Amino acid sequence: MKNQENFQFTIEAGKSERHYWMDLWRYRELFYILAWRDIAVRYKQTIIGLLWAIIRPLLTMIIFVVVFGKIAKLPSEGIPYPIFVFAALLPWTFFANAFADASNSLISNSNLISKVYFPRLIIPAASVIVSAVDFMISFIILLALMAWYHYLPSWYLLTLPLFLLLGFFASLGAGLFVASLNVKYRDFRFIIPFIVQLGLYISPVGFSSTIVPEQYQLFYYLNPMVAVIDGFRWAISGGNTAFNTTELSISISVITLFFLVGVIYFRKIEKTFVDVI
Amino acid sequence: MGIAIKVENISKKYIIQHEKKSAHYETLSDSLIQGSKNIITRISHPFSHSKIEQQTQEEFWALKDINFEIEQGDRLGIIGRNGAGKSTLLKILSRITEPTSGKVHINGRIASLLEVGTGFHPELTGRENIFLNGAILGMSRAEVKTKFDEIVAFAEIEKFLDTPVKRYSSGMYVRLAFAVAAHLEPDILIVDEVLAVGDAQFQKKCLGKMEEVSKSRGRTVLFVSHQMGAIAQFCNKALLLDKGMIAQSGTVSHIINYYMNMSANNMSGFQAETTSRYKDIAIMKARSYDAEGCPAVNFVHNQEIVIEIICKINKWISGTEVRVAVRDSKRNVFTTDTELVMQNEAVSNELCAKVVIPAGVLRPEQYFFKLAIYLPNQLIFDLVDDALSITVVDGGSKYAASEGLDYGCVFVDCKWTINPSSNLIF
Repeated sequence: MKNQENFQFTIEAGKSERHYWMDLWRYRELFYILAWRDIAVRYKQTIIGLLWAIIRPLLTMIIFVVVFGKIAKLPSEGIPYPIFVFAALLPWTFFANAFADASNSLISNSNLISKVYFPRLIIPAASVIVSAVDFMISFIILLALMAWYHYLPSWYLLTLPLFLLLGFFASLGAGLFVASLNVKYRDFRFIIPFIVQLGLYISPVGFSSTIVPEQYQLFYYLNPMVAVIDGFRWAISGGNTAFNTTELSISISVITLFFLVGVIYFRKIEKTFVDVI
Repeated sequence: MGIAIKVENISKKYIIQHEKKSAHYETLSDSLIQGSKNIITRISHPFSHSKIEQQTQEEFWALKDINFEIEQGDRLGIIGRNGAGKSTLLKILSRITEPTSGKVHINGRIASLLEVGTGFHPELTGRENIFLNGAILGMSRAEVKTKFDEIVAFAEIEKFLDTPVKRYSSGMYVRLAFAVAAHLEPDILIVDEVLAVGDAQFQKKCLGKMEEVSKSRGRTVLFVSHQMGAIAQFCNKALLLDKGMIAQSGTVSHIINYYMNMSANNMSGFQAETTSRYKDIAIMKARSYDAEGCPAVNFVHNQEIVIEIICKINKWISGTEVRVAVRDSKRNVFTTDTELVMQNEAVSNELCAKVVIPAGVLRPEQYFFKLAIYLPNQLIFDLVDDALSITVVDGGSKYAASEGLDYGCVFVDCKWTINPSSNLIF
């Protein structure tokens, strides 16, 4: 090859760090193609295909509306209950899917890991992208719902990508951490659905953060998804729902911590993946 | 020519967990069960606590202090028995796993082919898989695009390009996978055993393509195979690994010979258990030798194989026959037998039966010998399944390129005559 000098390198025990971040860039095409593969494969051999990305959140929303809105009659801070629920369901579903997929991604790609070299970080990152695509599709439903209820968005909606980014880092950080544990301890395969289910109850998906008693609020804000979900609602309702900077700053700190710990732990364990997977 | 790869003092250690043989990974409950087991052992054997700790872990050096250099344009064959460390070495060179200590300098773009069709997704079409597999092997999308037609033509799957590969026959699948790999253009290519699958013709095509690329463009190739024929044909240098260390390196023919003689020292053949002593007629010992009379278990295809069987005769029954049945991994290849003759009963009650399998009959393969001593149609005195095992290696037969494929059970030296058809007399 013409630029052979670029490919000179040394393999040495415990010194892969230097190439790693450069390799991550060099292997970006593999990242695109793995994300594309996961998206392409997701709805293969299903009859209604991509419609699943619409039906699942829609059905969940209807159940929530019936149970929390109609039966339990929880307050929805003055916006239509379906929009209230759906605005929260979007980031939560994204987080739950992205986290679960990223956590299992290393194991489901074990044949790749044991046969080819590439920065392993690509695999969980690519699987989070798949959930982002599902998110985009469900977002269209939200727009349709808003049109149905004649609910006009405001400029607040422009802040939405920021909250999505927070959700992205939250799921990737937690996903990286659990994925590396999962390689060695398969118990996490059973723990992940449990975390996701529990998370739904401690996050303001079916209810509003305003019903949480004041003395527990700081504790409640430690769940980083609280601010992401509240932020989503706030952006969609045009600032009409509860959202404050305390929860946002706590959430950003927790997510940053999660993400850093996730990446550092992943990098530490990464070298031994092949030997234990 | 510069140095393509320089390996300095590479070692790789694995920790073996003895109590967890069944699974590669641990679960929390494993640790819990292990804990309670230890408690039970401790209660029932209160004075032997040291034993418990001994069992848990053991270090295993898959590679130890490996040093070698490969020049650019070399085609290096790596041979060795199972567990010699070949795969570990390839995994380190292709950066899949890290060495425990040591350094490797690599000069050039490296691609490894440790498996055919790595990352192929059954749900995706042939076309999609070409791009996916290409990216996994390290090709850029632009590179795959320019070579796309060539790959499709090479694989001979034009018609099925848009069919999911799960509907492919295994032959088509392998051909497509090879085709992508054969069009890789790294500076250094690492290939592990992959040529063992696929039909003979296609295999030849792939070896040919690899050879062409390596010779004309000065590419370095590292090639692991159990097929000595393929190594002899393709490589210009070889490296022999044994128990994680380099046993020998040099020219291909030298290494293949060395490899074969290496195992000759540590085999003792078949030795009967003590119970056989009480039978009237029994097989006591058996061994394989080469033509010079040295014990051997590895043979080149054009060597004679001598089998010696020692029988004990406590009570002579005339008409007794001894039989050797030869089988390979799949079926019986042939059976040969002879009647035992008692020449002088007074001298000894042991007989030695020797049979020579002519050179150039058994094709390269591992063989197992079943030995029997019996009275035809009446009685079996003694029978030993898989008493001996030998390996025949291809030392450059006409069929070397088709090694590993089913081209027949044996070599037969058939007589051919070719005449112009007009001269034939009916």
